[in-house]
Parts: sequence; structure tokens; C-alpha cells
Amino acid sequence: MILLETKSLAKSFGDMHAVNHVNFSVAQGELLALIGSNGAGKTTLVNLISGLLQPDSGTILFKGADITAMSVHDRIKTGIARSFQLVTVFDQLSALDNIELAVFSREAKTRRLFSLASSDHAVREEAREVLREFGLEDRAARAAGGLAQGERKLLDVAVAYALQPQLLFLDEPTSGVSTREKAPIMDIITSIVRSGKITAVIIEHDMDVVFKYSDRIVAMHEGTILADGTPDEIRRNDHVTTTLLGTTSSS
Amino acid sequence: MNLISVSPKQALLYAIPIAGVLLFLPLLIEPYQVTLLEYGLIFAIAALGFNLLLGYTGLLSFGHSAYFGMGAYAVAFIVKYLNVTSMEVFLLGGALASAGIAALFGFLCVRYTRIFFGILTMALSQVLWSLAFKFYWVTGGTDGLRVPTPSLLGVPIPQGEEKMIFLAHRYYYYVLIIFFLSAAVMWLIVHSPFGKALQAIRDNETRAEFVGVQVWHYRWIAFLVSGIYTGLAGTLWVPLNGLTTPDILHWTFSGKIVFFTVLGGFQTFTGPIIGGVVYNYLETYAVGHTVYWQMVLGVVLVLLVLVLPAGIAGTAERLILKPEKGGLK
Repeated sequence: MILLETKSLAKSFGDMHAVNHVNFSVAQGELLALIGSNGAGKTTLVNLISGLLQPDSGTILFKGADITAMSVHDRIKTGIARSFQLVTVFDQLSALDNIELAVFSREAKTRRLFSLASSDHAVREEAREVLREFGLEDRAARAAGGLAQGERKLLDVAVAYALQPQLLFLDEPTSGVSTREKAPIMDIITSIVRSGKITAVIIEHDMDVVFKYSDRIVAMHEGTILADGTPDEIRRNDHVTTTLLGTTSSS
Repeated sequence: MNLISVSPKQALLYAIPIAGVLLFLPLLIEPYQVTLLEYGLIFAIAALGFNLLLGYTGLLSFGHSAYFGMGAYAVAFIVKYLNVTSMEVFLLGGALASAGIAALFGFLCVRYTRIFFGILTMALSQVLWSLAFKFYWVTGGTDGLRVPTPSLLGVPIPQGEEKMIFLAHRYYYYVLIIFFLSAAVMWLIVHSPFGKALQAIRDNETRAEFVGVQVWHYRWIAFLVSGIYTGLAGTLWVPLNGLTTPDILHWTFSGKIVFFTVLGGFQTFTGPIIGGVVYNYLETYAVGHTVYWQMVLGVVLVLLVLVLPAGIAGTAERLILKPEKGGLK
């Protein structure tokens, strides 16, 4: 079943066709990796779908409904969440507060001016549980700005996850962390996504990560989709390997 | 440093002794000293409102004189046109007037941040100042408008009681109660889910949007609450001063509100309160001792920025709390 699809989605910046009439779809329950060199249009595509940017033309369908003109707020309510390439957490708030805010928002409680946030035990407990799943429980009281880079990356994903989306976009969840840390971070994220039955689209540069963790790979190049297939298919696709991976397939 | 969350119990632990001191102070010090403290508490309310925007939402307003002035002029107009001198009517009128103007100005300003926000708030406040300045048949121009001693809860000033005594006792307690209510409500607001959302907007506007917080809308509500607080301070200030003039609408008065808050420390809840009270003593002392008082305040401001950027409360907090807890820059 198709959860999300774009039809001839386009976005240009001046003469540059960042996303050039792209037909892209995500099936329910899959873990899809979006790959491509810098400037291929991956992040722009995600920005269009998540509502950070408005497309020049084309439509976006989520669960069959047209969401092209929907506000960011409504897209989140309908079940689309994202994390960001450059870590964006709320630095001066504690890790727990970061998650609590997402839970309050999901439950439409952020308009409450005259009740103590800390007195909502259900929200607090849920936020603690999310931190536990991400292995950040002992960081709960620490300000997010003071956490290590890998922890901040996880917290960024955890904030999006706490919104309980059906479709989660993760823009380079392991960028900026050491190679050694990448696998543990991906292990945590993929196990949570799979056990939560969340459909996820991960933008990733590291091909080892891509081949190991994804069900399907979509390769982009200069604003268009170059290839679409299982990790094995992509690995055997000479076109992709020469254009994107810079190597000829030897194995 | 961050706006460290203190549990309600801890907050009461600090608040109760302070409340005790403030409650008995008028019995111990001279009436004139009491009125100085009163001005300080009123400025503290203004700064508490201002800091909801600066410290918690990350917006530096240079136009809060507009709301203080609206609170004050609303009282003067109630006296002039309705011939009413009830303090409760003043408070209601001041709150409505400052809410109205904050709703309008806020609507225009919350689309902007940083210097653009600051300049726009300042420009709008200057419009009110020039109106008060030019429409002298309504506002009294630079002569201002006089405001008599109000009746409190329907009780007018007793026959034969000196105005100074009234202001330093009955009116002091009236101001004190409103100060405590204001501080308690503001404490609740900044610790509410809404308050967390404001802090999220301050830390990262785009991400706040992607957590589902409607940034402009929340900023507007913060602006409105902030304006009402500063407006209430203006309303309380007028009977004490006995007169309202365009000075309090001028952008330099907005600068004073910024000064209160930075002096006390905008990254703490108590900073604006301490700043309002201390600034008032500082200015009164400087004015009383030298004609170069503005230079004294200027030097204080420079030293503050260079030596104590965290303000009085921020620095105290840093000294009291163990350094290992300050894992932040």
C-alpha cells in the first residue's frame, strides 16, 4: 500500500532545478533510503514533502489525500514528522523537556498557559519512556546543548519520533558523528522504527549504512530519480555505482 | 546558563521569607523609603512582562514604553472623562487598553525577529509618544495629566490622612499583593507547556514549527501577555507618581525596561524583579547625589555588560549552584 506519493513535483532555485518533476512514492511500513551526491535534490524533496518549502508545481498525496498546500502544523497532525541534517534540538531545554514538548504538542496541550508542565505525569512518563528507548534516560535532566554530538543526533530523531508520526523523514541521522558511532545510532533508530511500525525515509551518504539498513533505495541525481530498487538491485546497477558511488561494481 | 527549572516547593521556600520581609518593611522604614520600594516592585512587574519576550521567547522589544504608557494614560483618561477614581476600574481599564494595543502591535511585530523586531516595536511605540505629545487637548501634552489618589476596594483615602502615608501603607500593600499575584502567575506561565513552547521557539524557530508549534501565533500570545503585564505596571505607577507625561511613552523609557532586565539577569526568572527594584534605588541615589547621574547609570551599564553579562541574579545563581551542574557554556 502506498502511503505517500509525489506527482511531477518540481522546485527550482533560479536556473537550478533542485527537484525536477519527481514521481516518488513510499510504501507503508518500509524503510527507504534516499541517496545521491550533494545537490542531487534529496533534502529539497524532503523539504517539499514536510512543508518547509512550497513546490513550484506538482502534487503530494499522503494516504491518498492532497497535502500540497497544507501547513506544516497540519502535516504534523496528519502524521508526517522529520528530523534535520544539522542537529536542531532545543539547546537550553533539558533533554526531557525536548521530548515533553513534542508530546504536549501532539496532545494539543501547548496552549495551556496556566498549568505546570511538570505536573502532567502521563506526559512526563511517556517522555521518559522515549528517552529510554533511545538510550538517553540518564541524560534526561541535562540541557540538550550540552550533550555529545551522537546523543544530540539521537535526541533530534527522538523529538520527531515522540510526535508518533506514520511517516518519518530522517535527514542524515548519522552525519557529523564518528564512523564508530554510526552503527550504534542506526541500530537504535532502525529497531525503534521497525518495532513502532513507522514508515521511514532516511537520507544518507554512508553507503555501508544504506545497504545494511534499508528495504529499498531511491537514488537521485540532479533533481531526478536515477534508480529505485532493493539494496541488491542498486548494488548491481552500474549506472548508479558509476554516477553516485564513484566506483565500478566489482563484487 | 539556562532558565533553570525550580520545583514549586523550592520556589515557595524562597518566596515566603521574601514575602515576610516585604510585608513588615513599612513598619520599620520611613514612608519615603517605602514608596521607593513600591516603584521598584512596579518596575519589577513591567520587567517580568518584558522578559517573557526577551528571556523566554528570544525577542528583544525596544517598545515596551507603549504598554506602560497605555496602562498609565488609560487611568488618566478614566479620571478625566469618566470621573472615576476606583483603583479596580483603573486596573481593568489599564489592562484592556494595554491588551488592545499589544494585540495590534504584536500582530505586526511577531513576523520579525532580532533587530527588525526591535526596531519595529520601537517605531510603533514612538507613534504613541508623538500622539501623546501633539494631542495636548486630550493628553495635556508635555504637562501631562494629573491622577488623584484612588479609592482601594471602594474605600477612599481617609479624611485627614496624608497622601504620602496613604501611598506608603494602604497603597503599598495593594501594590504588594498585585506584585505577588503577577509573579506567581508569570512563574506558572513560564513553567507551563505554553512556556516550554516559547522557550523552544527561542532556541530554534524552525524546529519548533516542526514539532507542531505555530510560531507566530505563540509569539503573539506571549506579546499580548507581556504587554498586559507592562500595562498593569503603568496603571499601578500613575497614582504613585500622581501624574502621567509623554516621557513614559518615549523609547528611552523602553530602554529603562531593558536596563532593569539586563541588570537583574534576563536568563533567570527572578532577574527582572531584582533588576527593577535595584535600578530604581540606583537611579534615585544617582539623581540625588550628582547632576551627572546619567553618566553614573551609563558606567553601570557598561560594567554590567563587560563584567556581569548574566546580571545580578544570573551571577548569584552561578556562584551558589555548584559549578559541575553548569555543563553549559
